[in-house]
Order: sequence, then structure tokens, then C-alpha cells
Amino acid sequence: MLFKLSIKNMKKSMKDYAIYFLTLILGVAIFYVFNALEGQKAMLGLSKSGYQMVDLMVDLIGMVSVLVAFILGFLIVYANNFLIKRRKKEFGVYMMLGMGKGGISGILFGETILIGLLSLSAGLLLGVFASQFMSILVAKLFEADMTAYTFSVSATAVQKTVINFGIMYVIVLIFNAFSISRYKLIDLFQARQRGEKQTMKNTGFAVVVFLAAAVILSYAYYQVAYRPETVTQDRAMVLIAMGCVGTFMVFWSLSGFLLKLLQRFKRVYHRNLNAFVLRQLSSNINTAVFSMTVICLLLFATICAFCSGMSMNTSLRMTLQEATPADICAEKTMDLPAEGDFTEVQRENGQKTVLESLADMGFSAENLSEYVEIAIYADKELTFGTTLGAYEEELRAQYSFVNMNAVEAIIGISAYNSLAMLYGNPTYELAEDEYLILCDFDGIENLRNVALSQGEEITIGAFTLKPRYTECKEGYLTMSASHINTGIVLVPDAVIEAERGSALTLEANFLAGNYVGTTKEEKQAVENILLEIPNEKAREYRGFDVQTKISIYEAATGLATIITFVVLYLGIIFLISGAALLALKALSESTDSKGRYEILQKVGADEKMIHRALLEQLGMFFLLPLFVAMIHSVFGMQFIQFALSLFNRGDMLAGVGITALILFVIYGGYFLATYYGSRRIIEEK
Amino acid sequence: MHTVLQVDNVEKYYGSKGNLTKALEEVSFQVDKGEFVGIMGASGSGKTTLLNCISTIDRVTGGHIFVNGRDITELKGNALNRFRREELGFIFQDFNLLDTMTAYENIALALSIQGKGSKEIDKRVKAIAGQLGIVDVLQKYPYQMSGGQKQRVASARAVVTDPMLVLADEPTGALDSRAARLLLENFTYLNDQLSATILMVTHDAFTASYASRIIFIKDGRIFTELRRGEEENRRSFFNKIIDVVSLLGGELNDVV
Repeated sequence: MLFKLSIKNMKKSMKDYAIYFLTLILGVAIFYVFNALEGQKAMLGLSKSGYQMVDLMVDLIGMVSVLVAFILGFLIVYANNFLIKRRKKEFGVYMMLGMGKGGISGILFGETILIGLLSLSAGLLLGVFASQFMSILVAKLFEADMTAYTFSVSATAVQKTVINFGIMYVIVLIFNAFSISRYKLIDLFQARQRGEKQTMKNTGFAVVVFLAAAVILSYAYYQVAYRPETVTQDRAMVLIAMGCVGTFMVFWSLSGFLLKLLQRFKRVYHRNLNAFVLRQLSSNINTAVFSMTVICLLLFATICAFCSGMSMNTSLRMTLQEATPADICAEKTMDLPAEGDFTEVQRENGQKTVLESLADMGFSAENLSEYVEIAIYADKELTFGTTLGAYEEELRAQYSFVNMNAVEAIIGISAYNSLAMLYGNPTYELAEDEYLILCDFDGIENLRNVALSQGEEITIGAFTLKPRYTECKEGYLTMSASHINTGIVLVPDAVIEAERGSALTLEANFLAGNYVGTTKEEKQAVENILLEIPNEKAREYRGFDVQTKISIYEAATGLATIITFVVLYLGIIFLISGAALLALKALSESTDSKGRYEILQKVGADEKMIHRALLEQLGMFFLLPLFVAMIHSVFGMQFIQFALSLFNRGDMLAGVGITALILFVIYGGYFLATYYGSRRIIEEK
Repeated sequence: MHTVLQVDNVEKYYGSKGNLTKALEEVSFQVDKGEFVGIMGASGSGKTTLLNCISTIDRVTGGHIFVNGRDITELKGNALNRFRREELGFIFQDFNLLDTMTAYENIALALSIQGKGSKEIDKRVKAIAGQLGIVDVLQKYPYQMSGGQKQRVASARAVVTDPMLVLADEPTGALDSRAARLLLENFTYLNDQLSATILMVTHDAFTASYASRIIFIKDGRIFTELRRGEEENRRSFFNKIIDVVSLLGGELNDVV
């Protein structure tokens, strides 16, 4: 009997809150799809580095899944609690008819189990099919061999999904039992009447709160966007907290004075159903300040995640071409430091150049069609700090994280030019008493430029050199997908000649070259010789770093793909959770307002007017948190751009288009579903 | 005198061919401008069906209804909506005020739906509020008002648009006797002082006694009509109504 009631109740609420249940199913499906990647990687014939990339992705997704489970758990518990509150009157009737609290708990238990089983099974089914497409996508992106591919279900992912969502539903069950036990019959009966009275806020106080929120948010905006270098981890937490509180205050105060403000515009306020629409909206916001805040923050996180992820993806791929002009480059530290813990063989190998070492490992110079070898020197008196001159003191205090004592790499100008010619980079000329600095890492470049523009001189042994240019020049030794050259000092050849062995010590040997062969296959064959060097052999060499065009490509495209996947996963979960919460609020509000719409009809408003009123009201309800989130994002992204400048020099705008599209489709879809759902509710007799 | 409402041989059938229910049969009457007409009948007699047909909520099966000379049974779509909001005013059993809006906004709503400008709205709302003595409550919400005030606000909303006809369906149905009397006196005021034409459906003899003319309906047909004399007081009119009700027999006896 009780179970029958459960089924009936569920059918009814399924109809009204279909969008919430769809979100649950979608959540389960997405959770499964991303967690099933692990099971699929085995079947895909991936290359060694491709395999590593997928491994990294699986690890990352595993970590992110914890956050996702938390967000979805919040959605489920919150939505359940909300739906229960709305059914107080129904429970009151049951109790009046003699049902005990145990009975009501029983009904809810049955419902939760049903919903849990249904959403889990439907979600898993959807997920299993969707994950097949996902594997094809992964295979394509990592250039895997699809011949061994078969339709598969990942048992571990199913297990993980069931356990995660099982825990959430158990929490819901406990919550339900707890809230039922606190109900009193009289409260259950008066639930509806009490809800009708709305708390009026003092307009003046609301304005003050709004202004305070504006001040708090502006301060946080200013800190993250214009002084990002001062934001430490602890401070970041404070700023995030300020953002959350500020957002809450904005919505709280808006519900207090927005209406009063708009009422001043009598001509607009009394046109058509505007007065009604604004009243509805204001009471909607009034009862949903907390959820609006949560939704706004979720949207903010979504926008930032999408935008930065997509931008990183594009800029990684874009810089790749220019960043890998040669097939191979390698740097080897000469003379291992005396105090380090190295074996005899390692110390002996430390004296060898790059070419000698490679030959030793089985990769002879015949594999290279052309190459350039250069020597890198260092003067232990010439550190990053000393190149900055007087400016150093000032920076030491401000940039505690920059190592001012790092010794600068020094290279002769003609040696560098030969490398630049191989790379196809610009070459430079220096007079006898000049130097220049190559640097393309944004953060450091800016610091160096200050010193260079002031004509800061440097001393190497007997030579005093002045800067040729007032700014850093483009250039690098080691190829990389991102701009990470923090600085190389180029000096006239005469300085090297004279000071070698005295002020200048040989620090490292560098080699760059191209493989023999012209086709992709021939180059890959040469690359394979490198890949086949056994690990125990490689371990005999320390301070040896080899980069190849192929490995950089694989790593960068792999990284870009991973970022895209993780960002899509997180972003979509954030987005659907937030949108589902909002939809749930709006739909229940429509159920409550049914009577009001009936009155409108009786007073003479026709169907068209009522539909328009509903559309306007829901539209504003959905747009408001999005609008605030967008303002947050403008500033938040500037900080992310700063934080990611290590990877990325492209601007964040590259991802804006695709972010807008995803937001438009998903959020817009939820909005439309809510609108048509509400229309059905208010027209239902 | 000017005829506001003319009901001409109206029929209303429900159901299919096999199982036909005749809710209204050959109903004809007319209401002149400034009249306060009551329609009385037992439940199931067809009085609410009649009101629904006049208010265009329901459609007639046969016959015609003319409001101000226009046949409203021929109206469709937008014209129907425009007719309803421009020519009719409604007063409902439970006031039907919007709880989220102030009295002023509730009254203004009827005008803004008609697309009136804010200046005109303000002028007319204030005028009607003055006439009904609710100027003090204009900025209050329904839950801050007394029952009598709510009634007057609802009445104000019904007549602020200057409708040809004000329709009231069992207006006292949910009220205690004191509140009912307040509402009916309010109706008399609308009728006398603001010369509103009112058509009221009720099954209650006391409520009906406030009208100037009563049409009795039984089993979907007009049974008889009772007109209050020029000098006649309400009590003697009430007694006449009771006589007709006894004659009608059936459930209506219960209310006495």
C-alpha cells in the first residue's frame, strides 16, 4: 500500500520536475563516461607516450571526480530537501488520517529507492552508450589504432558510479528520516499559509548592503585583476570568501530594492503585466537568495573553466608550430656539482658533450643531417639579481618567489647566431662593449625590461658591458611548447675568448639538429633509436635533457586534449547542477503561483499576455545570476591568465566563443524546458 | 431604457448524443443599464452555466447573447479577449486579489492589461478609491487588510475599467453573514452611486434580496421573475423571494 503511494507520488513529481530527474540521469551518465576511460585505454592501441597521456588523464579525472561527486551530492540532497518541504501539507493529511511518522518515512524511503534505482540504471545505460563514442573520440585524439576495439562496459566505472551515487542516496535517506521526525502536525497544516507572507526588507538597509557588496566585490576584483602577483594561497582563499559573501549580499539586497527602484518608472511599471512580472520576480529572488548565490558561483566556475581550458588548448596548439623548428635539441650540464650524491660512472660521463653522450648510448651523429653545438658559460658573480642593478632591492621585497641568486647563462654571440640560423630565428649583432638578453617568459621579461631600459651595465671579469637594446629580445635554446625562457645573456665573442677559464666557467653543452630523412616515417625511425635506449643506460647520465619535436608534439597535443576533457567534464557538471537547481526553484514557484495566473486570466489578461509575462519573469530569473557570474568572470579570468602565463601567452578570448556556445545551448536549454514546464503547470486545471 | 444585456433563446447541452444533458433551454431575458439583477436557482439548475456563457468562459449550443448590441456568441480569439477585458467586470467569491501586489497595483492591473497609460491609470485608481473609501489602504497588501477592505478593493478592480456589465458568481458563498452584508451594501453602492449594471448569481435568498430584480431558474428554464417595487423595502422583498422559493420546492428550501 505504502509502496503504491510512493509510485503514484513519484509519477506526479516526475511530471512536474522532469528536468531535475533528467539532470540526475545526465549526471550519472557523465560520471560513468569519464570514469570508464580507464577501462577503455587498454583496448586502444596507443603509442607509449599516448598511453602515458591517457594514464595522466585518467588520474586527473579520478581526482576531479571527487569534486564532481561532491557537487552532484549537494544537488541531490538540496533538491530532495526542497521537494520534501513542499510536501508538508500532503504529509499532514497522511498523519491526520492516522499514518505514523514511520509510515511517512516508509513512503519517502520507497520513493528515494525508486528514484535512485531509476536514475542510476537509466544513467548507466545512457553512459555505456555514450562512452563508446567517447572512446572513438579519445582514440582519434591520441591517434590510437582502433582495430582491436569492441563494445565494452567498464566494470570498475559501473562500480564507482553505483557506490558514489549509492552513498548520496543513503545520505538523502538519513536526511529525510531526520526531517520527518521533527515535523509537528500543526506545522504541516499551516505550512502553506505561512509561506505566503513575505518578509519585507527595509529599502534603505538593502541599499546600504548593496553598496557594501559593491565595495567588497570591487576590492576583490581589483586585487585579482590588477595586482595578481600579491595574491598568495591564503589571500586567495580570503578573496574567494569575499566573492561568495559579496555575491550573496548582492542577491539579498537586490530583492529588497530592485522593485522599489523600478516602481519609480511608472510608465514602464504599469505597462501590460509588468507590475505583476516584477512582483513575481522579486518574490522569486526573495525566497531564493541562497540558491541564486550558489548558481551564480557555479556559473562563474563554469565560465572560467571553459574559457581558460579552451584558450589553453588553442594557444598550445598554435605555439607548437613555431616552437619546434628542429627535430632534436639537448642540453647537458658539464661538471656535476662536487657536493651531489653521484656514482663514479655518472661523474665520468659528466665530462662528455651531448654528442659524445648520445653516441655512447647508441645514437650516433650519422643520424643527424645537420647540427649545431654551443657552449654555455656562467659567471658566478653574474646572477639574475645583479643584472637588475639597483632595481633588485625593490623587487626582492615584492617578488619573494623569484630566485634572485640564480646564475645567468652566458653565450657568445656567434655561437648563438649559428643556432638561430638552424632554428630560423632572428640573429643579432653586438659591438665590443654591448650585451643583450633573450627572454620570452612574460613575468620575468617585464622585470628585466625595467633594468634594460635604465641601461643597467654588467661586469664579466675585466669587461663592462652596456645593454644594446632597452628590452629583452625574442629567442631561446631549448624548444618548448610554451614560452619558458627566463633569460640568456649574449655577449661579444671576445669576452668569451678572454675570460674562459677565469671569470667564466663552462656550465653546459647544448646541441640542436635535424634527423636524416624527409618523410614522417623516416624521422620516426630515427626517433625510435632514441626511444629504445634502455633506462639503466640513461641513468648513467645526469643533468641531461633531450627534447625532440615528436615528443613535444605528443606531449602538447596530449596535454591540450587532457585539459579539454577535464574542463568539459567539470564545466558541464557545474552547469547542469546549477541550471537544474534554478529550474527546480522556478518550477515550484510556478506551482505556487498557479492561482495568481488564474486571477490574471479572470481579470482579462489573454493567453498571449500571460505567456509573455511568464517568459519575461523566468528570463530575468535565469539571466540575473548569469549576468553577475559574467561580471565575476571578467575579473576572475584576468587572474587565471596571470596564473597560467607559464603555459600560455595567448589571451583568454580564444575560448570565449566556444564557452558562449556551450552556455547558450545547455543553460538556454534548461531555461526553455523550465518555461514550457511552467506553462504546463499554470495551464493545468 | 438602454439595454445592456440581451439573452436570446439560449440553449446549452452537455455530453454526447446518447447521453445528453440539457443545462439551459430557451432562456431569454434582458438587463437594462443601471439594473441590479439576481439570478436564483438550486445547485444544478443551470445558473452558473448561464453566467459562464455570458462571460464567454463557456460557449452556447444555440441562441444568441447580445452585450451592448453586439452578438458575443460570434466573437473569436482576440476579439473575445478584448470583449472580456473591456466590457465585463468580475467579482469573485474569494476576492481573488493578487497577494504579491498592493491594493493600488491590484486595481491598476485591470487598467494596464487594457493598455492604459500610467497617468490615466493613476487618475482612475485614485478616483475609484475615493468613491469606495479605500484611499488609506491603497499601499497595503491583501494580507494587511480586513475582509471588508479586500471586498472593496476587489469591487474597485471590477468597476475601475467602466465595464458595461459587472458579473458576480455566488459572491457571498464563502462569507459569514456580517461580511456578506458588507459586500452586498457595497454592491448597492456601486449600483446606485456609480450606476454600474450588475448581474449576480446566487442560491441565497438573503443575498438575492439586495437585487432590484430576480430571475428564477429551474432545471435550465426560466421559472419566474420577481421585481422589487419602487418604494418597497428589502424585508418585504425578501419575504416575496421566500414565497417563490417555497413554490420552487426542492433544495432551495434548505436555505430559508
